[in-house]
Amino acid sequence: MTQDLPEHPEHLWRNPEPRSSYDVVIIGGGGHGLATAYFLAAHYGIRNVAVLERGWLAGGNMARNTAIIRSNYLWDESAAIYEHSLKLWERLPVELDYDLLFSQRGVLNLAHTPGDVREAMRRVNANALNGVDAEWLTPSEVAEVCPIVNVSDNIRYPVMGATFQPRAGIAKHDHVAWAFARGADRLGVDLIQGCEVTGVRTAGGRVTAVETTRGTIHTGKLGLCAAGRSTQVAELAGIRLPIQSHPLQALASELFEPVHPTVVMSNHVHVYVSQAHKGELVMGAGVDSYVGFGQRGGFHVIERQLAAAVELFPIFARAHVLRTWGGIVDVTLDASPIISRTPVDGVFVNCGWGTGGFKGTPAAGDVFAHTIAHDEPHPLAAPFSLERFETGALIDEHGAAAVAH
Amino acid sequence: MLLIECPHCGPRDETEYHYGGQAGVPYPDDPSALSDREWAAYLFYRDNPAGAFTERWMHAGGCRKWFEAVRDTRTYAFESTRAAGRADGELGDGGGER
Ligand SMILES: Cc1cc2nc3c(=O)[nH]c(=O)nc-3n(C[C@H](O)[C@H](O)[C@H](O)COP(=O)(O)OP(=O)(O)OC[C@H]3O[C@@H](n4cnc5c(N)ncnc54)[C@H](O)[C@@H]3O)c2cc1C
Ligand SMILES: [Zn+2]
Repeated sequence: MTQDLPEHPEHLWRNPEPRSSYDVVIIGGGGHGLATAYFLAAHYGIRNVAVLERGWLAGGNMARNTAIIRSNYLWDESAAIYEHSLKLWERLPVELDYDLLFSQRGVLNLAHTPGDVREAMRRVNANALNGVDAEWLTPSEVAEVCPIVNVSDNIRYPVMGATFQPRAGIAKHDHVAWAFARGADRLGVDLIQGCEVTGVRTAGGRVTAVETTRGTIHTGKLGLCAAGRSTQVAELAGIRLPIQSHPLQALASELFEPVHPTVVMSNHVHVYVSQAHKGELVMGAGVDSYVGFGQRGGFHVIERQLAAAVELFPIFARAHVLRTWGGIVDVTLDASPIISRTPVDGVFVNCGWGTGGFKGTPAAGDVFAHTIAHDEPHPLAAPFSLERFETGALIDEHGAAAVAH
Repeated sequence: MLLIECPHCGPRDETEYHYGGQAGVPYPDDPSALSDREWAAYLFYRDNPAGAFTERWMHAGGCRKWFEAVRDTRTYAFESTRAAGRADGELGDGGGER
């Protein structure tokens, strides 16, 4: 856990001037946009690609998340795409020739009520049927995996057991972004920072160009990977999305010796904790209830998550919070992402990953690139289309996904 | 932490309130007449502006009444709040009792 962080090379990518036209333009240089560009170039044979980023590369939610990676989702469609992602995480450090500091330290999802226990066991069985590694652990087995968890039964919500996914873990988000950026850049993709898309031009129901703060850029294919601003960016193309944007916060403590060997998530008392590679305790909880674009959230959410953390991990009682921060996540009503064609030909959306899209970065990049390249959904993306809101074929992961959104 | 003005009780801490999403989304008069697309629009599509937003809040830890607020979603500042019921006895657009 305390291994030295590798130095990152000075020049990871060029900073080219935007050209007047590309085969594919991706809006948003977060993890998803960069991964999409990489897979388009590396696996789907489209290299005349630009990624347009209004700020700096991977400075949005990619820079703000708690980096938890797992695939123990309930529904078949989710298990399939998140497990595809986990397999890519296992393989990408070699393919990208870059250490993503992907640490498969496992994740515990704690159960605190009989309802939690039933839900958790159901999920373990569903995971097993989908080839996802998952086990049910008793409280004493939980203490073997993570000795600092308080498994005594004299707390308000005693730990009644947990699901455990050993292959889950964390990765270093900056390294992930840099690795995809370098990989894409080497294959000829133009990564253009400080370039905000302000308009989308169409003709005859097809996209023809985007207006940006650095001029007009022509393209026949446009991919939206704008996470915190999905609604606003889609509106530029006249597309309405079933998305609400919410603040989501996280915090980090000072550095500690390795004490926390795995990832622990508790939906019921709502906190999740892991120890970063350098030693900070990294914690998060749920979204603030209201719509917001302010990159910050309410202090009472932090208070509650710390209260939960201290009860579950009594040894954290004297830890100091050093930093708190917030991102803006785009949430759908069924808590599943949208990866889809749209009513505008040539415009594709990847959004709605809400609080859980970091783990999905490689899969999102792969299946979105496939969808853009072939003009039809990748089989793993097909269930996540915009049409599901009309057909009623929702993938309702609220609660089921082992975390309340 | 937000200080929210309940139209009935006055300013109270954010933790006393429950959020109810966009205001003014009435239940369709004749649901069975809607196409699947229109029904999906009613169920799943809401405005999501970066700016002024008219939404519903409920004073859960106080009078337990729903009311409407206009809030800037960029700064989180409340521009106004008003009781959901109108002087003429009609429900406002967002009447939470539906
Ligand atoms: C506090 C927090 C904790 C989280 N924890 C986890 C976790 O533990 N595990 C997990 O799986 N997920 C987690 N997430 C969710 C995850 O961060 C997101 O789902 C994911 O990052 C979204 O994809 P992205 O990385 O491409 O988004 P972003 O990094 O937000 O990328 C979108 C980019 O689009 C750019 N953009 C927007 N509008 C325009 C425009 N008009 N023109 C040009 N560029 C534009 C933005 O500047 C931004 O860089 C967390 C999120 C937060 C906020
Ligand atoms: Zn009141």
